[in-house]
Amino acid sequence: MNEAAMMETPDAIDYMELDTIIETEYGLSRENLIMILQAIQKRYNYLPKPALTYLATKISLPMSQIYGVATFYSTFSLEPRGRNIISVCLGTACHVRGGAKIHEKLENMFQITDGQTTADHRFTLESVRCIGCCSLGPVIKINEDMHSRIQTDALEKILAQYE
Amino acid sequence: MKIQSLEDLNAIRRTYAKQIYAPEGIRINIGMASCGIAAGARAALNRAQEAFRGNATIQIRQTGCIGFCEQEPLVEILAADKPRIMYKKIQEDKIVEVIEGYLAGDFKTHKKWILGQMKDPRSLLEDEIENPLAAIRPVDGIPFMEEAPFYSAQIKVAMRNCGYIDPDRIEEYFARKGYVAFLQALKKNNPQEIIETIKASGLRGRGGGGFPTGIKWATCAKHHGNRYIICNADEGDPGAYMDRSVLEGDPHSVIEGMLIAALGIGSSQGYIYVRNEYPLAVKRLVTAIKQAKSYGLLGENIAGTDFSFNINISTGAGAFVCGESTALMASLEGKVGRPRAKYVHTVEKGFRESPSNLNNVETYANVPAIMLKGADWYTSMGTARSKGTKVFSLVGKINNTGLVEVPMGISLRDIIFKIGGGIPKKKKFKAVQTGGPSGGCIPEQFLDLPVDFDELAKVGSIMGSGGMIVMDQDTCMVDLARYFVDFLKDESCGQCNPCREGLKQMLKILTDICQGNGKEGDIELLEEIGAMMQKFSLCGLGTSAPNPVLTSILYFRDEYEAHIQDKKCPAGVCKPLFHYEIDADACTGCGVCAKKCPQGAVSGEKKKAHSIDQGKCIKCGICYEGCKFDAIRIC
Ligand SMILES: Cc1cc2nc3c(=O)[nH]c(=O)nc-3n(C[C@H](O)[C@H](O)[C@H](O)COP(=O)(O)O)c2cc1C
Ligand code: SF4
Ligand code: FES
Repeated sequence: MNEAAMMETPDAIDYMELDTIIETEYGLSRENLIMILQAIQKRYNYLPKPALTYLATKISLPMSQIYGVATFYSTFSLEPRGRNIISVCLGTACHVRGGAKIHEKLENMFQITDGQTTADHRFTLESVRCIGCCSLGPVIKINEDMHSRIQTDALEKILAQYE
Repeated sequence: MKIQSLEDLNAIRRTYAKQIYAPEGIRINIGMASCGIAAGARAALNRAQEAFRGNATIQIRQTGCIGFCEQEPLVEILAADKPRIMYKKIQEDKIVEVIEGYLAGDFKTHKKWILGQMKDPRSLLEDEIENPLAAIRPVDGIPFMEEAPFYSAQIKVAMRNCGYIDPDRIEEYFARKGYVAFLQALKKNNPQEIIETIKASGLRGRGGGGFPTGIKWATCAKHHGNRYIICNADEGDPGAYMDRSVLEGDPHSVIEGMLIAALGIGSSQGYIYVRNEYPLAVKRLVTAIKQAKSYGLLGENIAGTDFSFNINISTGAGAFVCGESTALMASLEGKVGRPRAKYVHTVEKGFRESPSNLNNVETYANVPAIMLKGADWYTSMGTARSKGTKVFSLVGKINNTGLVEVPMGISLRDIIFKIGGGIPKKKKFKAVQTGGPSGGCIPEQFLDLPVDFDELAKVGSIMGSGGMIVMDQDTCMVDLARYFVDFLKDESCGQCNPCREGLKQMLKILTDICQGNGKEGDIELLEEIGAMMQKFSLCGLGTSAPNPVLTSILYFRDEYEAHIQDKKCPAGVCKPLFHYEIDADACTGCGVCAKKCPQGAVSGEKKKAHSIDQGKCIKCGICYEGCKFDAIRIC
């Protein structure tokens, strides 16, 4: 993570809301751990430590196990991410159609590497392995929007849509 | 309303069959699977809705993907008394015009946007109803969809409803004979008969392993306890999206398949494990389950019997290894997805230590069709040991990218060149990769091989879940092997040595080769590590991980040698091992490359041969892709 992102004050955690997620939606069940973490990440854009500590006591699971799960699965991030998440597909179909070139271009544009966030918190650059739109490769996803058949020279125009 | 009998179901079916085949006014089907949406279908749908708001004679519907992703957004228009026309690449700027043209009966003005007209929209389950288009005169001069090379060799079983119905309306699934197979099985068959039918059909798992489904069901049914029916929708193979398409386009076919499995095996609880990257599939499944419940097809005492069945959805969180059965079940329990040794199989002790039957999405989607049409019908398609059809995602360097469902036994050449339309830009076919990270690369010499579980295994690859990635002369096989090893190194769960360390070492060697630091003996070392991993890894990820490396060495050893001995990458992919030069004889001096080069590395006078300043060139390849005269050479 770069320094600017580290210095940002952490989000205030809304414990009432956490209760709704953990109890009401997922019935305090340890089996639902992965989906609870997904819901927390959806809310905060990453998994804030205080939220995990709270979750650990609520469902009586050692913190080590929660960390184990949070670090095993690649969708989870323990660090704050940018306002917009760019996911560049590096799946096989996109790879043979030049996905890596798109990724490289973005790294150069922002001067960050995979997984990092720009200093102004506008973008986080991530790579993913296939988002299921292989026929339209190379594909990038920005937040929930899919952009298909990307060419490197079209990137700036696409990115301009995201503040 | 709760459905109690086949008669109840048939009554609803008749009403909705009219809506999907012969609506009053017109009906517009817009392909709204993820791929359609990415190509602009959502904007087109919104525009159409705006333009025709308040017009009750125009129904605008979302449907799934019919497979021809290359031509998306696809828009189909039909009416009770008019031909059924499929339009291609209809973005928001064209849609209103196209609809107005159709309303006016004008099929000439927009002819270039027409993909074709349909001959017969029925699914192969509906042979007892009459073809709704039988009495309608086709438009002259417009090809039939069914006769186009992309479609003519296809037989849609698992994908029978994708693109024909609105996946968010269970009634449209009913209209195409949905849930008839389940209700018949519920009312008329005993569990033994269900399992026997599936056994006799020869259906083999579509998730990659090809294990006979009927035998799996029978074994699971033998073990006592709370049995679970689980659907594997993790679809981890990067480059494959058949399961996504089925879930987004026809979720009820999977639910119905699971219901039939539950009847046969004896289970009251199902789970669908969907990968997190498929939010639309999850959304459609949630809707589908709700609707099935409201008709009493899921829940307690289904159709007035003592059979009860519920389905929960669980999402993965981005781990390829969680597609493996034991890891998937650990993940369902909220744990880290690490495979375990299978001394005890999951059909005996799986999820929650109970007997669990795991099948792939496509496997389940085939089940209702088999139950309705019978095992003999199913075995009439395919080869001796691989029956029925298989869906492939045909992607990479191929003209007609998309999903194709073909009978087993068709040759790779037919799939790639007939259905797929060959390689774009007149480039040369090099290899096709099947089976994803667990599979291998199949070169030109085997293109006449029939596609079947055993035949593909004979040449070192596997059928896999159905990813088929076509590669041309511009793909470097060493780089591709490096790509898969890099993928697998990230995805290995790391608990056993052969897989964890083997992949790490393989990656190091392959990276060295791609950077020009390959040494004599590297190829042999890769082979040795590969053989060790195949023998000693704990789960399927590790044992199959060397396949992409070993098959590429087997069939493309010369490329490895060029990298190691001559320090050259013949495909022009590994940057330290090639440079671009302009062939002065072929160059017309049009100046396109000089304009496009981001580094200003190309110079030359107009109409005279240009040249590249190697000091400035970053080998981005823009000139190579852009030259219309093939004047840029890889050296
Ligand atoms: C590393 C690994 C990944 C797998 N990924 C998938 C997958 O994404 N989808 C799938 O259906 N099967 C996958 N499988 C196969 C499953 O373990 C299992 O065999 C299959 O889901 C059984 O269903 P079937 O018999 O209907 O094919 C994977 C296997 C391994 C070893
Ligand atoms: S083979 Fe690889 S993925 Fe499978 S258990 Fe061993 S380390 Fe884990
Ligand atoms: S490989 Fe990129 S979307 Fe599938």
